[in-house]
Amino acid sequence: MTQTRTAVALISGGLDSMLAARAMLEQGIRVEGINFFTGFCVEGHTHAIRSRDRGRPKRNNALWVAEQLGIRLHIVDVSEPYKDVVLNPRHGYGHNLNPCLDCKGFMVARAHEWMLEQGYDFLVTGEVVGQRPMSQRRDTMPVVARESGAGDRLLRPLCAKLLPPTLPEREGWVDRERLFDFSGRSRKPQMALAARYGLHDYAQPAGGCCFLTDERYSAKLADLWRSRGRRDYELDDILLLKVGRHLRPRRNFKLIVAREEGETRFLEGYRKQFTNLTTVSHAGPLALVDGEASEEDLVLAARLTARFSQGREAPRVRVAVARGDGEPRVLEVVPLPAAEIPKEWYL
Amino acid sequence: MSRAVLDARRLLCPLPVIRTQNRVRQMVPGQQLEIRCTDPGATHDIPAWCRLYGHRVLEVRESDGEIAITIEIVGDGAPGPG
Repeated sequence: MTQTRTAVALISGGLDSMLAARAMLEQGIRVEGINFFTGFCVEGHTHAIRSRDRGRPKRNNALWVAEQLGIRLHIVDVSEPYKDVVLNPRHGYGHNLNPCLDCKGFMVARAHEWMLEQGYDFLVTGEVVGQRPMSQRRDTMPVVARESGAGDRLLRPLCAKLLPPTLPEREGWVDRERLFDFSGRSRKPQMALAARYGLHDYAQPAGGCCFLTDERYSAKLADLWRSRGRRDYELDDILLLKVGRHLRPRRNFKLIVAREEGETRFLEGYRKQFTNLTTVSHAGPLALVDGEASEEDLVLAARLTARFSQGREAPRVRVAVARGDGEPRVLEVVPLPAAEIPKEWYL
Repeated sequence: MSRAVLDARRLLCPLPVIRTQNRVRQMVPGQQLEIRCTDPGATHDIPAWCRLYGHRVLEVRESDGEIAITIEIVGDGAPGPG
């Protein structure tokens, strides 16, 4: 009797990893998915926060993919150990603060550890040669296999025919002839394979699935490090960078202003940890002060908060200011005219 | 029937799912877990996760922005190739 071989598949929620796992199922491999939460994931959080996104499907794509494939999915919170990847990437950053090659190596290494702990035979990813400028190049793919420790137990079914045979292929657990030779940035081969498998509904994230590839987000993270004088972060810091307008009028503080109701609700949860401002004479957003603000700074923060309220054209607006959960006091201020807000204040 | 409670309020998805997954791993078949959360995404994600492992969703209640999802553990739900 032939032994059923087993694999752990990295499932991002996108099409490629879905196809790679499916290709293994087609060959009779028993597959379990693994997915990592880094804190920088685009899906889920922002959609959950913003009211304007409430009409969108709330599904977690990795869970959804697992369900479509009929496999189990293990989700791992790696937000704490992932800091070292973001703060000290051995292979450097991409265009923004995206440490893609280190990130891939980290995830494959973690998945490899899980594979060994749980007794699976090999590891599967949806990588495609030449698809990503940093982590998915012909010369960097061996780096990921080597540095992760996965070695030749790492199989990339979508481009396996372009790479040396791995252990699962050499041992005959997987038929190399039934694997693929996809390369480059075109999505057509993947879409054709999806159609062949009868998969018609899949996520196609525009601009990637990680906030670190986003220029604006990276600028805000760099500002956070600069203003604190150290490169570090907590999970709350990086979640807050996804929410609201961020304005830095002075070196010693920045203001986070909710843009809509959903963001106000989200920021409410942080009210006790920050000096906070809300307009009381007019409807308006909740704003948090991140940093040490003087009395003069608070007046400026109040004028900015008023600027983003319904009272922006009013001669004066009353703004409640509270330090954490202390008693609020009310400042009456003139809303700051748009023309007096330099572009550089917006992060 | 005793019911364990998991407080996942203020956590955004997928953290409520991850906390649920890790808690369920310490439980045995037949036990119930009530997950309290505030992220509306959890009403999709936790039942989806339960379907993958065969756990039963007994109830989903929402009131005042809080969501309570009660599940019953079915089978071992343990990871591994089996």
